[in-house]
Amino acid sequence: MSDFLNQCYAQMHKGDIIVAYKGTISADIIADTLGLVESKLDDLLEQNLVRKKLYNVLVECLQNLYHHVDPVKNSESTHNFGAFVLSKTDNGYRISTGNMVRSEKSIVLKEKIDKINSLSKEELKDFYKFVLNNQTFSEKGGGGLGLIDMARKTGNKLEYKFSSYSSEYDFFNLNVLITE
Amino acid sequence: MELINIEGTPKTPTVIMDPNSGVVEVKGRSIPENSIEFYKPVVDWLDEYAKGPAAKTVVNIRLEYFNTASSKCILDVFKKLEVLKKNSADVVINWYYEEDDEDMLEAGEDYESIIKVPFKMIQIVD
Repeated sequence: MSDFLNQCYAQMHKGDIIVAYKGTISADIIADTLGLVESKLDDLLEQNLVRKKLYNVLVECLQNLYHHVDPVKNSESTHNFGAFVLSKTDNGYRISTGNMVRSEKSIVLKEKIDKINSLSKEELKDFYKFVLNNQTFSEKGGGGLGLIDMARKTGNKLEYKFSSYSSEYDFFNLNVLITE
Repeated sequence: MELINIEGTPKTPTVIMDPNSGVVEVKGRSIPENSIEFYKPVVDWLDEYAKGPAAKTVVNIRLEYFNTASSKCILDVFKKLEVLKKNSADVVINWYYEEDDEDMLEAGEDYESIIKVPFKMIQIVD
């Protein structure tokens, strides 16, 4: 298990790392990370607009992770395991997240991302408004808007990869680029 | 009816709702994991307020960030205002956005196209 996760985690590292984390995903970890990233971005003297966009997308990425981590049964060490890496690239920033998902969810997730990636800017706007206005939210508070919002705000395609861990679980890696 | 005054936190906005003046203010950040819980008192207050609204209701939304979990709750708040408007009350939503923050302006326009309440897009200039 651990070798598999370490390998997946290592593959998430690209560019100059600003923050990298693997372990239990909790509300506190997310709050601490957002605070940390905010002060780091102040240091990097990034222009306000890029900073805002990055912060917005990071919130969605981390909260998605928080809501959708599937705990792997019979594996105490990886309870609510998730990972994220924020890095600076040549033309912007890259947010990479990773978590275990049940295989049946992988198929649905893949279809959803493929659909989002196939839409134009205008179509994404309409899709966002449709989901906003028509879909009831789950108890978790997620409304299926996060991925659409990331694609819309960044204007980039969502990159993803599923690595099979077992017949029941896949490691889901999502990469979002914020380009200047 | 009581005035609501919720102090802002790094994850939740400041909310002030005054039943006498009819002014509602939401400002700061709205990025809680559980947005439904946070917005419930706001939505409940509007239900009560609708029974005897002020002559004019002015809603000022001045958010720096909001997450998608909040976006649905904000829509729920606006839907309450839409009902108020439908019952012939005078309602206006002032949507503030920072200069050049196109994402925030677009978010306001999304709501404007869904909700039948007059919106005013107001640019904040430093």
